[in-house]
Amino acid sequence: MKIIIIGNGMVGYKFCEKLIAKNPQGVELIVFGEEIRPAYDRVHLSEFFSGKTAKDLEMAPASWYEEHGIKLYMGDPIMHLDCQNKSVKSHAGIIETYDYLVFATGSSAFVPPIPGVEKDGVFIYRTIEDLEMMRDWAPKAKKGAVIGGGLLGLEAAKAMIDLGVSDTHVIEFAPRLMPRQIDEAGSKILQAKLESIGLHILTSTNTLEITGTDKIEGMRFQNDELLEVDMLVISAGIKPRDELAKSAGLAVGPRGGILVDSQMITSDPHILAIGECALYEGMIYGLVAPGYEMAEVAIATLLGSDKQFTGFDMSTKLKLIGIDVASFGNPFSTDEDVRSIVLEDRNKGIYKRVNISADGKMLLGGILIGDAEQYNMLLQTCKNQVVLPPNPEDIMLGSRGGESEGGAGVLSLPDEAMICSCEAVSKGDICSHVINGAENVEAIKKCTKAGTGCGGCVPMVKDIVNHTLKSQGIYVRNVICEHFDYSRQELLDLVHLHNLRSYDEVLSAHGHGDGCEVCKPLVASLIASLWNEMILDKGNDTAQDSNDRFLANIQKGGTYSVVPRIPGGEITPDKLIVIGEVAKEYHLYTKITGGQRIDLFGAHLTDLPAIWEKLIAAGFESGHAYGKALRTVKSCVGSTWCRFGLHDSVSFAIQIEERYRGIRAPHKIKGGVSGCIRECAEAQSKDFGIIATEKGWNLHVCGNGGSKPQHALLLASDIDSETCIRYIDRFLMFYIKTADPLTRTATWLNKLDGGIDYLRNVVVNDSLGLAEELESEMQKLVDNYVCEWKAAVENPEFRKRFSHFVNAPEEKDPTVNFEVLRDQKKAKAWN
Amino acid sequence: MVETMNKTWFLACQVQDVPENGGVCVKVKDQQIALFHFARRGEWYATQNECPHRQQMALSRGMIGSQGEEPKVACPFHKKTFSLKTGACLSGDVEAIKTYSVMVKDESVYIFMESDEI
Repeated sequence: MKIIIIGNGMVGYKFCEKLIAKNPQGVELIVFGEEIRPAYDRVHLSEFFSGKTAKDLEMAPASWYEEHGIKLYMGDPIMHLDCQNKSVKSHAGIIETYDYLVFATGSSAFVPPIPGVEKDGVFIYRTIEDLEMMRDWAPKAKKGAVIGGGLLGLEAAKAMIDLGVSDTHVIEFAPRLMPRQIDEAGSKILQAKLESIGLHILTSTNTLEITGTDKIEGMRFQNDELLEVDMLVISAGIKPRDELAKSAGLAVGPRGGILVDSQMITSDPHILAIGECALYEGMIYGLVAPGYEMAEVAIATLLGSDKQFTGFDMSTKLKLIGIDVASFGNPFSTDEDVRSIVLEDRNKGIYKRVNISADGKMLLGGILIGDAEQYNMLLQTCKNQVVLPPNPEDIMLGSRGGESEGGAGVLSLPDEAMICSCEAVSKGDICSHVINGAENVEAIKKCTKAGTGCGGCVPMVKDIVNHTLKSQGIYVRNVICEHFDYSRQELLDLVHLHNLRSYDEVLSAHGHGDGCEVCKPLVASLIASLWNEMILDKGNDTAQDSNDRFLANIQKGGTYSVVPRIPGGEITPDKLIVIGEVAKEYHLYTKITGGQRIDLFGAHLTDLPAIWEKLIAAGFESGHAYGKALRTVKSCVGSTWCRFGLHDSVSFAIQIEERYRGIRAPHKIKGGVSGCIRECAEAQSKDFGIIATEKGWNLHVCGNGGSKPQHALLLASDIDSETCIRYIDRFLMFYIKTADPLTRTATWLNKLDGGIDYLRNVVVNDSLGLAEELESEMQKLVDNYVCEWKAAVENPEFRKRFSHFVNAPEEKDPTVNFEVLRDQKKAKAWN
Repeated sequence: MVETMNKTWFLACQVQDVPENGGVCVKVKDQQIALFHFARRGEWYATQNECPHRQQMALSRGMIGSQGEEPKVACPFHKKTFSLKTGACLSGDVEAIKTYSVMVKDESVYIFMESDEI
């Protein structure tokens, strides 16, 4: 059987992938794609502007098609279809015949007939080429606009912001944003949030004309108002690509779309259509999940098995410019027998609405804006008609306070519940794979593909895995890896008790096998946290992760970056000059880091000892930027210069940074000291943050920037410097002794039973009677500090490891290449 | 038919040049070979130095260990792991790496290579 697929978008690719997975015999596949590259992930297109490359977005490389015997024509659209003779002819003149033809031509952007749309500076938002053109134009643009306040329009607005066109208007014809997904009240909240980050929103606005001579200069609206813009993106909806089908005589809908039945067959029995070009019961499905489902149905039809497409739930959850927006089931229902419960928090920008049946038993649909954490659970409750608890609002509010339900919700779902809608994996599928030995999320991803699409279901998959294991009588314990049957805390106690000092001793005494990349750095860190001996000593160097092993951060291309400690961010002109001289001598790229110090990039392994020697001679030491250790204590300028400053924040920051430098912990630690309530050091985003008050210092702990920012919580107020240090001693030592591996203080606190109140009891009120012990353990670590760079350059045994070639120590890695960027160098991009 | 083998032992370095349970990089003409002393097992392994995932010359700086019985190395960049015996990728779908035989004689370490590569 010879199958031709027209269109190589996400759905066309998925069709090939799913068909190949079925390993059908005697099937020949030919794909014609109009675009010049293999299929790519259009859902995450806007990430192209936040650093992803076309390659990152690729679904599979061209070689994938080759490996599976699929003939792929790229950049060659089909121009002619002859249904009678079952043949197609491409733009390049290639003629192929088929037994079956599959349309997966997708859609194009719908461009409303506004006079002037042809002007330069007007773009659509659909393909990587569109994005490249936008990227080239954007540097010239100051004021931008997007026509369309729907899902794609807001994505395009985000793209404009990413491109640096910060003064951007969103123009929507309807009276509210995202009219198809969310209601008016929700729209208002969303609009307020978008406006707060600088977007201008105009609703109920109709564009009459795009002005300018050759190039766009402005837009005229129905009220005759003019808006000056020099860049416009149109994202006002999609139009199915049905022109080829139409010209070949296939039946299409009055407003476009190739008519298909529930088996995806068009009006010609040898031709199928799937994805956004297909019209099923009067509807175009403009999301990727139903497109994948159509691909699945089409394959069943071609292979002679029975599967029907019966419509698809259009529930969706996405992050728009950092704001969660989700709608599911019937979000709008206003019927009399429907009760809606609404929660609106304008302050926080949160809007939640659930629609439930009059008897309060069934969830019918809803909308979540600003916080969509409960989306998966609500969606499954709705789809599977799970009976609601007596207070239905509980499902919308989620867990409250310290009491967590621990994901008990997944238990109530039936086996048919669709957990991953991208890959159509049900709860039952996941459970049976767990029982058959796939005992973690990674294994489930591998054997079911669940969670590999949008990734939104991963937390649920994890809950299901854990619950299934528990129900099988398997005790879920956080053991380190196959070599150590202990949790981090258990192993720390053992290492302490038995006074073990090297990885090999620990493995021989308490582990089995030969170790791995998980337990080696973990045990090495435990040993360092307990004894604070030089981390490369006693054969521990080969147990350290690469950064710790070479006391520098490995970067793209295999060179390293060097960060000397600059405590509190204070540095003399002489020291600055030395950094400059070293950077010049070794051709290093220099950048100021987020922690008020200077990073020197692009150092060859061989050069590291010499670079350190020069820095040490000028009074620098290691900044431990490579370690799970204290990084920096950031400070504002404080009372020595600042007219608002209450205390000398810089001196205190230096004192604290020098106290905790080099101490290894489960994860990196950052601190901050602000000289007054204005908080210029951003101390509340640090693991420990100190803020001056009239009477002393306020100490905040367990803050975090990173992917999930969290403010630090107040641990103690109006304390003097000495007490502050004692509390930090206790706090850090308690964290080091009890946290799971690679857990920041914020996550540690979130998991700690009793939360900040418990922590305060331990640290401030000494409820466990541990205070003295914690303080003395910390003092031992502080007393044991030596600069690792100094130790490494002075010891010939350590020093000789810093060469690339063992048999040519003076030679550098010849494969290292740099490119020029803004008068400095950068690492060569990898593929 | 007799296949003629055109391979030789290349003198890489001395035993003491290689850290126990770790690796070093050996320069062989224009090639880079990662050499590992798996001291816990009393074994030696050699592979290509380049990690095929992002084409980085880094495997010699990776941590070695075992998965079940299989000896392995983890690339420092993204922790892709490869069998030191077969070269197969143990953590996903990256292509396999080349492996070489190693011999230790009188404290010298040799790698078995194609003669024209030396």
